Amino acid sequence: MRLVVDLNKCQGYAQCAFLAPDVFAMHGEESLIYNPRADEEQRERLARAVAACPVQAITADGLDGSVGEPVTGSAGEASDAR
Amino acid sequence: MPADHVERLRREGRIVIVGASLAGLRAAETLRAEGFAGELTLIGDEPYEPYDRPPLSKSVLLGKASPLHTELPHRWEVDAKWRLGVAAAGLDLTAGRVRLADGDEVEYDRLLIATGVRARPWPKEEEARLDGVCLLRTREDAADLYRRLRAGPRRVFVIGAGFAGSEVASACREMGIAVTVAERAGAPLVGALGGVIGAVAAGLQTENGVDLRTHVTVTSLEGDPVGRVRAVHLSDESVVEADVVVVSLGSLRNTEWLAGSGLGAGPRGIACDAGCRAFDFRGIVTDDVFVAGDVARSPHALFGYQFLSLEHWGNAVAQAETAAHNMICHGAERRPHLWMPAFWSSMFGVNIKSVGVPPMGEQLMITQGSLAERRFVGVYGHQGRMIAAVSFDNTRWLEFYQRQIERGAPFPVEFPTMDRRPEGLRPVAADFPDPSLPTHGPTVTLSGYSPADQQLVFHPARH
Ligand SMILES: Cc1cc2nc3c(=O)[nH]c(=O)nc-3n(C[C@H](O)[C@H](O)[C@H](O)COP(=O)(O)OP(=O)(O)OC[C@H]3O[C@@H](n4cnc5c(N)ncnc54)[C@H](O)[C@@H]3O)c2cc1C
Ligand code: SF4
Repeated sequence: MRLVVDLNKCQGYAQCAFLAPDVFAMHGEESLIYNPRADEEQRERLARAVAACPVQAITADGLDGSVGEPVTGSAGEASDAR
Repeated sequence: MPADHVERLRREGRIVIVGASLAGLRAAETLRAEGFAGELTLIGDEPYEPYDRPPLSKSVLLGKASPLHTELPHRWEVDAKWRLGVAAAGLDLTAGRVRLADGDEVEYDRLLIATGVRARPWPKEEEARLDGVCLLRTREDAADLYRRLRAGPRRVFVIGAGFAGSEVASACREMGIAVTVAERAGAPLVGALGGVIGAVAAGLQTENGVDLRTHVTVTSLEGDPVGRVRAVHLSDESVVEADVVVVSLGSLRNTEWLAGSGLGAGPRGIACDAGCRAFDFRGIVTDDVFVAGDVARSPHALFGYQFLSLEHWGNAVAQAETAAHNMICHGAERRPHLWMPAFWSSMFGVNIKSVGVPPMGEQLMITQGSLAERRFVGVYGHQGRMIAAVSFDNTRWLEFYQRQIERGAPFPVEFPTMDRRPEGLRPVAADFPDPSLPTHGPTVTLSGYSPADQQLVFHPARH
């Protein structure tokens, strides 16, 4: 699963790092670092982190109501894999 | 009928987006989310689907993320034709056609240009080709640099102490790698945050074991007989041995492919109006070509309507959303892109954030915390107004200052604040370098009023 954190919004509350420590970690007092490609087995924890972030800074594939399925990553012409 | 025209465009028009990265993807999603049902084509010269760049100099170098997997999640179904791995090579404004490097042509009713910037390479080509001389903009760059760092180099040399260079230095120290940073100015981050804050960044680097050299320029890179970089020569005549050199000299706007198209595009980017519509070189607004992200220059009411170029993640997202919205609606429904500039960085475990346009500030006040503790908020003033704020490990306050900037709150800051120290009672000079001198890494550029500015020339190190 892919995810991205809008670090302009993120306030370093560390709620995500508490709920999904394998994906998010605090680095120093308030900087967040995260793995933008979380393992599938993290799905549930990630979903909880997305829901619990007080400033809604986390976007993840298929977790925020979006219908994103990954596009095929090949070069050249490709259509959205459906 | 113009109204019919827009309806038809939304139903069956052809929209082409050039630049398939952050701004391009977010624009495509917005178009679909707002009901665009026509044909959508995304053209990108990188062979990958859109990925996120900020982690490349942070999580990736810290080993927390794979350099090959920072793809952006999709917020919305985009259902587009992806032309990846092929560059746009020309634009015919009259015919409404984008020419591709492979000879193909793609016609559009509306075009969005989101070609961003690229890393400024080391100016001496032969030296730039030495093995071990790296840039950091793309995921391949990051994969290469990460591999080299993992291999345990004896010393890494970073040319340029802007945000990217400083983040690389931070990652090196975290990995226990010896690192030297050379900066033409008197301190790191000076172009973006001024000399007072730069001094704090300098302390951060040296205390973390970075060999920081300021007021120097790199004069040449020396290779060994098999073409690997082995040493760096500096303007103060010193020589530093290093087997990895990271060139971090800011960026160049990807506008060359528009040469001769008639668009107001040049080395400073592509000028557009507040609605993201591109200007042609005569300063006349086009109505079917839009711009978003790092490549755009747009006027901002809060900053005297000067064209503002922002190399900020949040700007790319916000401008893409506005451009996409404006592309498919009637004139009266269009929105201006008046995003408050904001960016973040993190280095040596410190979270740095800024709102507004710090380089516009002449003066600075530390309104909360203290420089010595490296935990503070600094407020920049311009002609009696608050124009920007920066925080070191104090992010929760930034939104408050953002509101102050938005309403043009007076400077010096009069209201009392929590954790105000004696040093923050009076403004001091923010100490930005002379704006007429080029710096390598301003993340914000006030680029004047001319829609067709072709004047900017970067002068690499003077020797
Ligand atoms: C290492 C790094 C760290 C960063 N960290 C931060 C940070 O901490 N905070 C922050 O706010 N911002 C940060 N940024 C900046 C942020 O990544 C950019 O602002 C953002 O990527 C801009 O998105 P964009 O879509 O406008 O441009 P880009 O991401 O540059 O995308 C432009 C795309 O267009 C492609 N292209 C160019 N020319 C053509 C052509 N002729 N035809 C087809 N395609 C073309 C390019 O290859 C590229 O894929 C960082 C950037 C880097 C490189
Ligand atoms: S929960 Fe949200 S605000 Fe808190 S650290 Fe995570 S992303 Fe940032």
